[in-house]
Amino acid sequence: MAVEPDLKIELGKQGVFVTTVSEIYNWGRKNSVWPMQFGLACCAIEMIATTMARYDLARFGAEVFRPSPRQADLMIISGTITKKMAPQVVRLYNQMAEPRYVIAMGACAISGGPFKQGYNVLKGIDRYIPVDVHIPGCPPRPEALIHAFMTLQAKIDAQPLTGADRPRHLDAEAQGLFPVPEQGAHDLVPPVNRLVWPLPAPAAALKPGENCG
Amino acid sequence: MKTAEEILARIKTALPEAGVEVAPNPSPSAQHSLLLSPASAVAVASFLRDDAELSLDYCSNATGVDWPGKEITEKVKVAKLVEGVETLVEEAVKRVEPGYLEAVYHLYSVKHARREIAGPVVLRMRTGNRTDQVTLPSLTPVWRSVEFQEREIFDLFGIVFAGHPDLRRILMWDEYEDHPMRKDYIDPDDYEYEPTPHDEVLKRAEMRKTEATV
Repeated sequence: MAVEPDLKIELGKQGVFVTTVSEIYNWGRKNSVWPMQFGLACCAIEMIATTMARYDLARFGAEVFRPSPRQADLMIISGTITKKMAPQVVRLYNQMAEPRYVIAMGACAISGGPFKQGYNVLKGIDRYIPVDVHIPGCPPRPEALIHAFMTLQAKIDAQPLTGADRPRHLDAEAQGLFPVPEQGAHDLVPPVNRLVWPLPAPAAALKPGENCG
Repeated sequence: MKTAEEILARIKTALPEAGVEVAPNPSPSAQHSLLLSPASAVAVASFLRDDAELSLDYCSNATGVDWPGKEITEKVKVAKLVEGVETLVEEAVKRVEPGYLEAVYHLYSVKHARREIAGPVVLRMRTGNRTDQVTLPSLTPVWRSVEFQEREIFDLFGIVFAGHPDLRRILMWDEYEDHPMRKDYIDPDDYEYEPTPHDEVLKRAEMRKTEATV
């Protein structure tokens, strides 16, 4: 239950600070999002620039890039995901503790980008893991990454702690482990995780009678 | 830099038994190459590296080429009985020229780098066919620099290099079975189509649409 803004201001004038559990909980969460320190391709250079003095991601409480997925809250998919790398990316995501978030940075990470029609490139990481914010661009400028980060903060801030929309770590039923694709004889198996990517399947994977969307 | 013919003559004087010929390049660049027979390739390569005059001690690049088999239609005059009279009749005869895989190496000399350089010395080796006779001798023992590049050729073209110290796939994963740079490779149909498809993508998108409606 939210506090009425007018009442909050009025009480604030009297020296009384009023808040709700979810508000202060989310305020804490959104201002200490620690990204995982890993880069995949050229977007990683922009990500590094974002953390440096000129763009200074530290202003948003996210300067602590953790070298271990166990200590990270945010995965920035910065670059092309090759099919050889994709299982490792999903495995790293599985190793992160909840609550965890994903920013897909750049054209490659969201769709395969300029390499979309290549045989060796995954056509977007959201085929295997849920993505919170997509940033287009090739590569996106550091401002775009900061904007994505602020979008993520707004998303965290707006999350209710109870009900159907509550974050995954507060939902005992929520799926925490995402299947790691196998590297098969011709392609990744399966080519897509249907639970997170319910869009049209490749023609070969369609079963008769199944809706193509 | 010497021409391919001059180098060939030098090889022939030193190694008279070696199977080497000039593979001409008819384009204006006229960058002719040396076609080595796989049996004597390592001996010839070692000679090119160690010969004091040539000293081709640096292999800058190794790559593969896929030459698929092609069907050739030829007109042949055949003697035939036409209404009891033997006459020459032109007949179209089709024959299939078998394809092969080719490994190409570009050599330079660091020792003679101050000499006028007209371009690399190009070596070629050809496999017997594209299916079961795909073994070529590795030149990694001669030029260490081609170790990864021969692995890449093995990965993407499927040429097996005998004598390579560590022949594994380098770009694709170990379980992978295809050779993506071959002309007859069919890539997995794993992309959904753009809102405004065109060319090859449009063709595949339409194919998908008909498949889905059937």
